[in-house]
Amino acid sequence: MLFDAVHNAGPTFFHLAPLAVFIPLLGATINFLFGRRLGERGVASVAVGAAAVAFVVSVLQWLSLQGHHEAVTVPIVEWLTIGDFQVAWAQRIDTLSVTMMLVVTGVGTLIHIYATAYMHYDVRYKNDPRRYARFFGFFNLFIAMMMILVTGDSYLTLFVGWEGVGLCSFLLIGFWYEYDILGNPSTANARAAKKAFVVNRVGDFGFLLAIFTLFWYFGTVEFEGVFAKVHEVAAQHPNVLLAVTLFLLLGVTGKSAQIPLFVWLPDAMAGPTPVSALIHAATMVTAGVYLITRSAELYLAVPQAQAAVALVGGLTALVAATMAVAQYDIKKVLAYSTISQLGFMVAAVGMGAFVAGMFHLVTHAFFKALLFLGSGSVIIALERAHHPLPDDPEAQAVAGHHGHDHAAHHGEHDAHHAPFDPQDMRNMGGLLRRIPVTSWTYIVGALALAGLPPLAGFWSKDEILLEAKHLQPVVYGLLTAAAFLTAFYVTRQLVMVFLGKPRTEAAAHAIESPRAMTGVLVTLAVLSALGGFLNAPGVHAFGHWLEASLPEIETLPFNLTVAGISTAVALFSMALAWSLYRRVRAWEAWQHDPLEKVLGPGLFDFLRQAWHWDDFYRAVFVQGYDALAAFLAHTVDWRFWHDWFHDTIVAGTYRRLSRFLARPVDLGIIDRIANELAGSVQGLALVLRGLQSGFVRTYALSVFVGVVLMLGYLWWVIVR
Amino acid sequence: MNITEFVSHPLNLVTFFPLVGVVLLLLTPREAKNRLRWIALLTSGVTFAVSLAVLARFNPADPQIQLAYQRPWFQVAGLQINYILGVDGLSILLLLLTTFLTPIAILSTWSAIEERVKEFMVFFLLLEIGMVGVFLALDLFLFYIFWEFTLVPMYFLIGIWGGPNRMYAAIKFFLYTMAGSLLMLLAIVYMGLHYGTFSVPEMLAQGAIGGAVQNWLFLAFAAAFAIKVPMWPLHSWLPDAHVQAPTAGSVILAGVLLKMGTYGFLRFNLPLFPEAAVHYAPLMGLLAVIGILYGAMVSYPQQDVKKLVAYSSVSHLGFVMLGLFALTAQGVEGAILQMINHGISTGALFLVVGMIYERRHTRDLDQFGGLWKIMPIYGALTLITTLSSMGLPGLNGFVGEFNILLGAFGSQALGSPLYAGFAAAGVIFAAVYMLYMFQKIFLGPVKHEVNKTLKDLSLREIVTLLPLIALMFWIGLYPKPFFALMEPAVQHLLAGLR
Repeated sequence: MLFDAVHNAGPTFFHLAPLAVFIPLLGATINFLFGRRLGERGVASVAVGAAAVAFVVSVLQWLSLQGHHEAVTVPIVEWLTIGDFQVAWAQRIDTLSVTMMLVVTGVGTLIHIYATAYMHYDVRYKNDPRRYARFFGFFNLFIAMMMILVTGDSYLTLFVGWEGVGLCSFLLIGFWYEYDILGNPSTANARAAKKAFVVNRVGDFGFLLAIFTLFWYFGTVEFEGVFAKVHEVAAQHPNVLLAVTLFLLLGVTGKSAQIPLFVWLPDAMAGPTPVSALIHAATMVTAGVYLITRSAELYLAVPQAQAAVALVGGLTALVAATMAVAQYDIKKVLAYSTISQLGFMVAAVGMGAFVAGMFHLVTHAFFKALLFLGSGSVIIALERAHHPLPDDPEAQAVAGHHGHDHAAHHGEHDAHHAPFDPQDMRNMGGLLRRIPVTSWTYIVGALALAGLPPLAGFWSKDEILLEAKHLQPVVYGLLTAAAFLTAFYVTRQLVMVFLGKPRTEAAAHAIESPRAMTGVLVTLAVLSALGGFLNAPGVHAFGHWLEASLPEIETLPFNLTVAGISTAVALFSMALAWSLYRRVRAWEAWQHDPLEKVLGPGLFDFLRQAWHWDDFYRAVFVQGYDALAAFLAHTVDWRFWHDWFHDTIVAGTYRRLSRFLARPVDLGIIDRIANELAGSVQGLALVLRGLQSGFVRTYALSVFVGVVLMLGYLWWVIVR
Repeated sequence: MNITEFVSHPLNLVTFFPLVGVVLLLLTPREAKNRLRWIALLTSGVTFAVSLAVLARFNPADPQIQLAYQRPWFQVAGLQINYILGVDGLSILLLLLTTFLTPIAILSTWSAIEERVKEFMVFFLLLEIGMVGVFLALDLFLFYIFWEFTLVPMYFLIGIWGGPNRMYAAIKFFLYTMAGSLLMLLAIVYMGLHYGTFSVPEMLAQGAIGGAVQNWLFLAFAAAFAIKVPMWPLHSWLPDAHVQAPTAGSVILAGVLLKMGTYGFLRFNLPLFPEAAVHYAPLMGLLAVIGILYGAMVSYPQQDVKKLVAYSSVSHLGFVMLGLFALTAQGVEGAILQMINHGISTGALFLVVGMIYERRHTRDLDQFGGLWKIMPIYGALTLITTLSSMGLPGLNGFVGEFNILLGAFGSQALGSPLYAGFAAAGVIFAAVYMLYMFQKIFLGPVKHEVNKTLKDLSLREIVTLLPLIALMFWIGLYPKPFFALMEPAVQHLLAGLR
């Protein structure tokens, strides 16, 4: 292990780094054990406090790294030692891990704050206030696991966090495990959670194989040790590096929702919206991008693997974007958008543009968290207008105003109301006037996503495109097409949600969210607007900061042509979407999607069903597995092994054998001894009379008697 | 030599202390059910304390047999049969597992066993003697006695206190195990004649039997142990035994009795037949991998929760066998730890199933759903157990499985990383059946009216589960002390194989 001497001027706080894991863990424990007694306020304070402390710890790490960009290792505990396999849990504090720490805890703390208000409404709509504490317990646990992931100094520690965040994702997707996404009793949310876990396990399978390969060929799974031997191993076993990098890629496609394993992420939207923002947009799903960046030394040594990663990312970016254009659910649009944007990042780090990929990871965390939280604000705004709760005076006032006393029906609304989907964009429209803070911040986030200058998304996406044009022209083409579609679906969503006339009563009476939520939205909007200047041309602060943790890579100078093309593409696409959807503004009820007319219903539906990717998997893998398992269980194991093989071969042979033994070998003697002994011990006799099997009983008793006799003899020998 | 000297040896004491309880039980009237239960619980509790005293005197750095107690016993046809008990890094954890699980299993019967409490407890304590004896005996003859002896109490536990089809299951359990044992007995007799002794340390000192005979002896021992494990395809007694056995019986069956098989391989097959062990490693590895995948797939469609858990044992024990026959330090140590892990996790799973069975008198998955909301403590503890069983990092199962797979991946004896590659797919399958089970019982809406009034766990039930849960975290978070206990002994064992 490497212990760097710390010799920089200012004070350092590296020894505090473990607190980033343990404080959120403590917060989670407190809320799990005492949450019900603490009440909403207590729970919220503990959870937000724990996340905030983790953020402060991360900032201290950042400060400590100023002027000291070398990695520092903070040992925590020796985990296990077997033969020459030694793993200690230690934290690696360098500019890369601290970048992740800052994003996770910074955006994480904001989302915690937002969630204190959001979940207040959510637990009331779902009629289970006890869940409040459990939610924040899981949320803090997630922060802790994410900290383990990003600070681990070995592939194994990273994997521990990797699985840990997967668990939190599972628990939070299925948080409302007794409902479907509309709140009807169902196992749908639970199934979505299980799907996420199982699909991720396919990726983890790859990750595990990578770890095994690393250990047997590199002799260690610690980053330092592995990177030091890259060239040696590459020379001796050229295919080993390829295997490791491709195994890791499989893990990445799981966690970061890339082709072919992206299918779990759209279903993951079953989780409460803050979960989608924190886990399924800003942080956990970017772990794959982090993993590849961390493994830069490995990937740079294998150009084929780099090409594979870049291609997977580029294809995912484009394919997911085509799926996003045809969604009606406000969160599903964002989900496919997230997959697509992750594709941008994966493509970037695949090409070796690590700074660009990480930069997009950061800006995306800002604007996608903003968009998800904004969508949550929209959803709650519609919920509150649709079913005003008795303890919600604002909503009551609105309800009174438009003359519907929903409150009286509350609790039985499932039976009395037509199903209302507050996430369906067809039920929205005109929200800009009703909920201005949510709307305007959302628009900032959306334009950042579309990549309009000078918002954050522009700079990071531009950097990726620039590198792609230089390094992988095919990927450049894919990403440009994806950027075109991105601007399109963003515009479509903005028009459908915020512009024109409200298309439902709920939309007409939507209620702006409380300050805990809007305050967070405004903060994230500012970050989404200005975050790009972290690494804007001429500044490159982010690039210089990260360079300390990466192999030497040249960065390309700003290129006006590339920036101009991407901006023009985005603007053209937005204009196209505007011209298609502006008529929607006038509609009071939903009519056919304008895009459906352009593409034809078949193609539109194909995109809306996500290319039937899920259906294909269900038909081939899920049903295939079910059928094979059922065949093995019922036919092979039960009818063949259990019934036929046992009855005919095993039991039959015994029966013949015992018949043979019964005649020539007189078991009568043994039987008599057994019976007499049994008769003498009253309890046993009772027991034995209940049993009806001559041979086995006899044998059992013979063994018993034999052992007793022998032990008696032993006793006698010893006492003598 | 006298009785005091015999009893004052800790290994004799830990083995035979339950006899004190048996005597007390026999003296207690059968109507005093609670007194009977307390006697059994306290006896097994003291036995556990004695085993901790054994641990305290155990030196982990010493790879050899420790605390050995050896006395000549009797002669058969000129052959000296010895009474030898001893403990080393291969057996110390299994000894502790046995004495640890027995009181927990007894505690789980508090309200589940109402009929013939006296006999039940007598059999249970006799079973403990047999199991501890199996793990400590170092004379093949003595080992065989203990090995066969465990059959009897278990046979009655299933046959008397079992489910509706208990006789079929009990006889099947008996026949399968006995069939294997007979082959082992022949091999033991051959070895006794060959070496002139049944003492394992002496056999090791004399060196292995050469030639093709060693292969035959390996296979004869393997037959007994593979049925006990059970390895695919010899597992078909297991679902019956588990489904019919009372909860405490299942806990001990899965927790300890199956480990007698894997322990047998470790204690006898590897050191006594080293060339054969290397020779057959690919075959054993193949059967193990098939067992891992097959067990996991077959668990998934089961409607009966107990059957589901029973088949999952086939998968988990496949991991243990793969680790043992990887013949690498990581593989063997992972396998030993996984024996303990399986005892803890699957033991806990059977307890959990028993708790819901006591309330609802059914184990049909379709009869449940949404229970987390009604029984939140039960849900949380079951979730932890489920995650432990499917190998989530931070809990015990991961540490065992990871090391087994790591050890198998680079194993020279197996000769190919494909074994580990296929076995690792079992990790995916484990998530499928375990999460399916959890979902069917705990998630979704409450479908059945009867379930709405179910009571959450009682204090006694929580106390039964908590020690297991604590160990899941301990081994998962800080496995170092557990490996430290076995490392020298395993290195010593592997050195003998090279």
